Amino acid sequence: MVASICHAREVAKREPTILGREGLSALLDTLRANGYQLVGPVVRAGAIAYEAIAGLDDLPAGWSDSQEPGRYRLSRNDSPALFAYTVGPQSWKKFLPGAVTTLWQAKRQPDGGFVIAEPPTAAGNYAFIGVRPCELAAISIQDRVLQGGEYCSTAYLARRQKNFLLAVNCTRPGGTCFCHSWGTGPKASANFDLVLTELLSPPGQRFLLEIGSATGAEIAVQIPQQIASPHELAESAQLLERASHQMGRTLATAGVKELLARNIEHPHWESVAERCLGCANCTMVCPTCFCTTLSDTTNLTGDQAERVASWDSCFTLAYSYLHGGSVRSSRQARYRQWLTHKLSNWFAQFGEAGCVGCGRCITWCPVGIDLTAEVGAL
Amino acid sequence: MKLAKSVPGAVTEAMVPEVVRVRQVIRETGDTITLNIAPPPRAGGFLFKPGQFNMLYAFGKGEVPISISGDPGHPSELLHTVRAVGLVTSELTKLQIGDRLGVRGPYGNGWPMERAKGNDLVIVAGGLGLAPLRPVIYHVLRQRGEFRRVALYYGARTPQDILFLHELEHWRGRLDLDLSVEVTVDRAGADWFGHVGVVTALLANAYLATDGTVAFVCGPEIMMRFAVRELERYGLARTQIWLSLERNMKCGVGLCGHCQYGPTFVCHDGPVYRLDSIGDLLSRREI
Repeated sequence: MVASICHAREVAKREPTILGREGLSALLDTLRANGYQLVGPVVRAGAIAYEAIAGLDDLPAGWSDSQEPGRYRLSRNDSPALFAYTVGPQSWKKFLPGAVTTLWQAKRQPDGGFVIAEPPTAAGNYAFIGVRPCELAAISIQDRVLQGGEYCSTAYLARRQKNFLLAVNCTRPGGTCFCHSWGTGPKASANFDLVLTELLSPPGQRFLLEIGSATGAEIAVQIPQQIASPHELAESAQLLERASHQMGRTLATAGVKELLARNIEHPHWESVAERCLGCANCTMVCPTCFCTTLSDTTNLTGDQAERVASWDSCFTLAYSYLHGGSVRSSRQARYRQWLTHKLSNWFAQFGEAGCVGCGRCITWCPVGIDLTAEVGAL
Repeated sequence: MKLAKSVPGAVTEAMVPEVVRVRQVIRETGDTITLNIAPPPRAGGFLFKPGQFNMLYAFGKGEVPISISGDPGHPSELLHTVRAVGLVTSELTKLQIGDRLGVRGPYGNGWPMERAKGNDLVIVAGGLGLAPLRPVIYHVLRQRGEFRRVALYYGARTPQDILFLHELEHWRGRLDLDLSVEVTVDRAGADWFGHVGVVTALLANAYLATDGTVAFVCGPEIMMRFAVRELERYGLARTQIWLSLERNMKCGVGLCGHCQYGPTFVCHDGPVYRLDSIGDLLSRREI
C-alpha cells in the first residue's frame, strides 16, 4: 500500500541502507513472494517500455537514451547500470487502469428490457519497479483527479489500493527533462514505498535504499542490506544535486498559471497551430492526461451491449463535438485548450499544475513542439 | 451511484445507469418529444433542482446529457425533452410506452432559485433552451408569492418549432399567475400573427428594472451572447445574470474531461453559471 491520500500510514524511520545487485534481485523476489506482479522497464522496439518482468535480469542493463524535441534514441554500452535512462513513451497510466477499460455489460431480456452488470474489477497487485520522481508526482496528480473527488474511477481505485511503488532517483536527466522547474525531481520526496539511488563508483554498482512507507519498511526488512556509509550518502546527494543542474529544459513555472490565463487570445497560438499536426501524441504519452471517452457498442445480434472507457485526447475533433460541429474546430484552439489546461486551469480544478516536467510531450511530438519554448513565447 | 471512498469494498462504478421504463411519450414538435419515464427508485423520490440534467442511455447506442424538463415539485414524474439531432437522441425519440432506457443522475448545479426569491425574474430561452427552464417556471408557479414580476421571453425557429405551446398559452392566459410570456420566431408564414425576429429583439422592447432583477438565460451560445448584451444594456450587472452552458459530455461526473469550459467542468461546476464567474469566456471563440 502506498502512502496515498486515502491511506497514509506512520512511516518507520530507518537509516538509508545499501544493497548490492544481489540485494536488489532479492528485493524484487521478495515483492513477488509477497504477492505482487512486477512491472518494470524493458527495451521494446527501440524504446524503454513498461512491461511485466520476472526479475532483475529483465531490466535494461547498460542502456541509456538521448532525447531531444521529436527525437528519441537508445544506445548500449558496457556499463552495468540498470537505470541510466530517463522515461520512455509509456507511463504507469498504462496500468492505472490502462488505455481501455470495460465498465459494464448489458443484456436484453425476453420482456424487451435489459439488465446491466459490472464485470469483476481486475485488481492486479502491481509493484511498479523503477518509478521516476516525476512519475510519482504524476501518479499523485492522477490520484487527485480520479479518486479525490465526489466520484471516482473504480478501476483506478482497485489498482491503486494494492500498488507498490519502488522508485528510482534520477542521476542522469534527459534532454527534454524539466522536473527541477516544478520541484518534482530529480529526487523522490513523497508518494513512494521504497526508493533507490544507483551508485556506480568504486567498489562497484550498488543501490542506496530509502523507505517511504510502512509497506515499504515491511518489504525492506526481509532483504539483506548494510547501513549506508557517510561517503555513500554524500555521493548520492552529490549525484542528485548535479542532476538538478543537468536538465535539458527549464520552465518558468512562477506565474505560469496567470500567464496562460491572460493569453487566451495571443498570436502565438496561430504559430503553434502551423506546426502542430493535431496527432494527439503529447496527450497519449503525458502521464497526467486523464481524459477518456466512453463508447457504447453491441454484439452482432444486438442483444448484448457494453460500455468501454478508452483514452481520449483534446486534440481530436470528436472531443469537443456538440450537435452541429466541434467547439474547437481549429488546431490552435485545441493546442490552447491542452496547454492552458495543463499549466493554468488544472490549478483551479485540482489545486496544482497538470505537468510534472517529464518532457515526454516534447520528445514524442513528431514535429518537436517544445512546451517550454511555447510558454516562453507567450 | 455515489462513491463511498472510505469503504472501498462498497464502491460502485459511477458510469452504471439504472434501467427505467417509458411511461408516456409526448410529441412536442416534428423532431422533439418529451419522455415521461418512471424515475429510478430513491428514498424520498427522485428529487432534482431546476436546471439539473440526467445522462440518458439508449441500449447499445450511447448516452447523452438531457436536462430535466418536468416539475421539481412533482418528483414521482421524470420528464426529459429530447430533439432528434444525433444517433442517441434519434434513438431516444423513437422510444415507445413500456420501452426501457438507462438513466444516471441528477447531475449539475441547477438554477439559483433562492437567489431569485423576492426579485423580478427574467427568463430568456432560445429553442430547446426552454426545456431546462420549464422546471423554473413550474417552481415559480408553485411558489408564486416568493417572486415579483416574472417574464418569459422565448424564441423558436418557426411557429412549428415552438415547444410546450399549450402550456405557454395557458400561462399567458391565466390572469392570476401574472406571468408575462412573449414568444417570437425567426421566420413564419402568413398565418402567424406573433412576433418575428430573434429573442433579443423582444428583450429590446421589454421593461426591466435594474435593481432587484435576476435573469436566467438558456439557448444557443450565440443567442446567449446577444441576450447578455441586451440585459447589460438595461444595466443588469454580471452578478444578476445566469446562463446554462453546454459542452460535449461523456461521464457527467467530472472524470472524463470532455465538458471543460475554461477552468470549469460543465458537469459539476455548471451547467448553470453566474456570468461574472466565467470572466470574458462567453465572448471568446472555441473555448
